[in-house]
Amino acid sequence: MTMYEIRIHSRGGQGGVTAARLLALSAIHDGKYATACPFYGAERRGAPVVSFVRINETPIKIYSQIKKPDMVVVLDTSVMDVVDVLHGLKHGGKVLLNSANKKEFAGFFTSHVDLTGIALRENLVVAGSPILNTPVLGALAKMGIISVDSAKQSIREMFTDERNVKAAEAAYMEMSA
Amino acid sequence: MKKIATGNKAVAEAVKQVQPAVVAAYPITPQTEIVEQIAEFVSSGELKSRYIPVESEHSAMAACIGASITGVRTFTATSSHGLLYMHEMTNWAAGARLPVVMANVNRSIGPGWNIWAEHTDAMQERDTGWLQVYVSTVQEAYDATLMAFRIAEDNEVLLPVMVNLDGFTLSHIMQPLDTVEIGDFIPPMHLPHAIDPKNPAGYGGLTGPDQHFKFRWDIERSMRDSVKIIGATEKEFANRFGRKYGFTEDYWCDDADVVVVSMGTLGKEAEVAIDILRKEGVRAGSMRLRWLRPFPDLDLKGKEIVVIDRDYSFGFGGILAKSIQAQQKTDVFSVIAGLGGQEVTYEDIADFIRKRRIGEELWFGVNDHV
Repeated sequence: MTMYEIRIHSRGGQGGVTAARLLALSAIHDGKYATACPFYGAERRGAPVVSFVRINETPIKIYSQIKKPDMVVVLDTSVMDVVDVLHGLKHGGKVLLNSANKKEFAGFFTSHVDLTGIALRENLVVAGSPILNTPVLGALAKMGIISVDSAKQSIREMFTDERNVKAAEAAYMEMSA
Repeated sequence: MKKIATGNKAVAEAVKQVQPAVVAAYPITPQTEIVEQIAEFVSSGELKSRYIPVESEHSAMAACIGASITGVRTFTATSSHGLLYMHEMTNWAAGARLPVVMANVNRSIGPGWNIWAEHTDAMQERDTGWLQVYVSTVQEAYDATLMAFRIAEDNEVLLPVMVNLDGFTLSHIMQPLDTVEIGDFIPPMHLPHAIDPKNPAGYGGLTGPDQHFKFRWDIERSMRDSVKIIGATEKEFANRFGRKYGFTEDYWCDDADVVVVSMGTLGKEAEVAIDILRKEGVRAGSMRLRWLRPFPDLDLKGKEIVVIDRDYSFGFGGILAKSIQAQQKTDVFSVIAGLGGQEVTYEDIADFIRKRRIGEELWFGVNDHV
């Protein structure tokens, strides 16, 4: 496998950085190399932000930003009003949307799952915000980016609340293309 | 267990292993996570240090100096303006021959206000008598911090050591981290000129021209001696923990016609550029300079040299380029790039090498034609 590059779109405070961290950790548990980095600009709570994850079979030496991702994850579809989330996405690349509704983009494979709904159902809410970064791992496992076991292991290493694992399992079951 | 950590967390993990008696620090972006994590370790009891939350960086270094002169292990961390604010005291730590260890998260100097990676902050400390190492991965940040204590405290060195990591690019990236149990890798600190707080005495610090000159020479002698101590420490580290380090990290340099020299994360990105150029049939190599002080003898004879400086000395040039030019007695292609966190990709570095103009200076993205 060549380098697999993922860009995660969210808003400041929604847990995009933690999602990147969990995804990279899961890939490491799968026996691969991975790096995760947020792009640090002048962001603040609520502003559109991006995080990057690289997964590879060999150590990763690249620190510059991902320009042509293989996949984009959109944790908050409202950023699509102000950010071109498909920018640079490779032809035939994957899109994962946090949405209850199906959406198509010509030339890309799009999947969707209602992460917000799952988080609310599992009562995964902190300071009034639904937690998206643990359920999204279930969807990423369904898409074959990481294994289910590694996803669960990574979540349990970071969070003691088992509802996070349940939410990831729900996202795995409910994700559809 | 396989772990993932940021560069900042890796430094804090190393400090936890080493258990300094005193940590005195003041938070500053992008170093903050180091001192937050250390404070958490102290609060949870995992780190049995006296943590002194000082009111400034000048005080942080002064507190480390005060603690160190009693013969105990000390640590601090800073960045950018915090490092510059310490400047008087960094000179003092070296002059008083105190093995303080500091992590500096490299960040540009304002104005204009900027929080991103640049080496100018640490470069402005290069003549103070501190040893300086620049790292390129989260693992190396951890390993170099461990080794820094052993090197600084070695009685043939007894000089402070600064571990430099690129702001955000390395301080905030998450990479795999393998932590170790150091065992007796770092012997207990023994400071031959320690004072005894239980037996207070007054010392006159004045040194006349003759003595002062000798003290200066003594710093330089120890700096030269540190070369073999660094080498022995890195060898011992490799034997015990399996990870090898040296004064430089050389990548495809042996048969290279042209070598790009850089420091920090750019040195890793440069290796990807070399992979591309080698496929094109260009015999290029990358030399990542790890130790800036003591400045090593670089093996670059007969090669064309491209130097990337993430710093600048106004009215003079790229500090690394000028140093290498003087040492090698040959012209180089001096590239000034990555200031203030400017994005520099492996493709850009490949272009610097392809379109090199030996004897010239290029400000990437400003006056370049590459």
